[in-house]
Amino acid sequence: MEHNKEQMMVAALENGSVIDHIPTDKLWTIAQLLNLDKCPEEVVIANNLESKVMTRKGLIKISGKFFSEEEISKLAVVCPNIRLTVIRNYEVTEKRQINLSDTIINIVKCANPVCITNNEPMKTYFNVKDLTTLKCRYCGKEQSLDSIKLK
Amino acid sequence: MENRSVVSIADYSKEKIQYLLDMATEFEARPNRRLLEGKVVATLFFEPSTRTRLSFETAANRLGARVIGFSDPKATSSSKGETLKDTIKMVSNYADVIVMRHYLEGAAQYASEVTNVPIINAGDGANLHPSQTMLDLYSIYKTQGTLYNLNIYMVGDLKYGRTVHSLLMSMRKYNPTFHFIAPKELEMPEEYKIYCKQNNINYIEQQDFTEDTIADADIIYMTRVQRERFSDLMEYERVKDAYILKADMLGKCRDNMKILHPLPRVNEIEYDVDESKHAYYFEQAQNGLYAREALICDVLGITLDDIKNDKNIK
Repeated sequence: MEHNKEQMMVAALENGSVIDHIPTDKLWTIAQLLNLDKCPEEVVIANNLESKVMTRKGLIKISGKFFSEEEISKLAVVCPNIRLTVIRNYEVTEKRQINLSDTIINIVKCANPVCITNNEPMKTYFNVKDLTTLKCRYCGKEQSLDSIKLK
Repeated sequence: MENRSVVSIADYSKEKIQYLLDMATEFEARPNRRLLEGKVVATLFFEPSTRTRLSFETAANRLGARVIGFSDPKATSSSKGETLKDTIKMVSNYADVIVMRHYLEGAAQYASEVTNVPIINAGDGANLHPSQTMLDLYSIYKTQGTLYNLNIYMVGDLKYGRTVHSLLMSMRKYNPTFHFIAPKELEMPEEYKIYCKQNNINYIEQQDFTEDTIADADIIYMTRVQRERFSDLMEYERVKDAYILKADMLGKCRDNMKILHPLPRVNEIEYDVDESKHAYYFEQAQNGLYAREALICDVLGITLDDIKNDKNIK
């Protein structure tokens, strides 16, 4: 029943994007990251849906929204394993797993208060290590991907 | 233009390190040159560091360069809120090389990205201090005749000691055996022990600092145990005298053993050690001059051959 409901929600989208497989504890972070509170388009946010892959999951559907690569890399930083579906004219035109890139530029804040990036108007830059750790290009300090703060 | 800045030397190849050591050897033989005549070296010290600044300025002066700069940022526009980028851009119009000490970590990397003038990192917060590492390597090389297969004992504050961390990383290609001698609260951080394991570096951790435990050392690298580093002051009182090197502890040590210390020392090496043939910390500081002459020349594109064939020696 739940599954059908979800299919209905996705199918009802004429043009736009669906972000699926969002961990339930990350749903609101993603919503905030995408500034959905200011989005004038039709938005569906669902949480604690049943999932075969991850027991429970969150899902966001945004009408008329197509993500840029920069936005996608932002999403990947917060949730490395979400799935993005693009719908055009009621048809699924693209379905992909979002992957974390090797470098993350100007998305995450360095956790080190005495890092130059926190004291100078400049971009942050991190190298991704083992898909779990970010290393600041400037101060060299590492932080876990689980505990990042966005810029 | 290729930026020849020195932000870190941790990733330098063995060949590059040897090249800089050979340059420093040339400068030790003849420190006074005219290689930088007509050049301007800027020393920007956003954090006071008399020792490092005097060493760099002496190096520049002995090479024939002129020096501009500041040793107290209170007198500059950065105290008015000017960004580091703007300061670096401004100074880049005047100087051929910028030597910079900054209290923020990563400042040197950033400075090197906003200008084509080479930056030499003279210390960025607790992060890196490559010219100190270079002079440590030169001191080890000079006294031991090699960088390979040495027993290096690091003593004191191994938790916050930037110089010991940099030295550890720079020695990884030379098959060292490290002995980390420190109180529990100031022991070598886990990340550096993992680094040792990943790079197949042998290390032994111990808390005892006695005549017997240091008998096999080729190098003893002393650091200061500072009171303000302890969260438990009773623990400080208990260990504060346990990491002091005394002359009577040198009875069993190897003939070639040398004692290094980044200075300033407070009480961690007793003054009677100064008379020992093993004491090397003042020469080590002097080696800083030659190491810095080498770094300044290297970033300005002056080669070892240029230095060897220099006919203009004063």
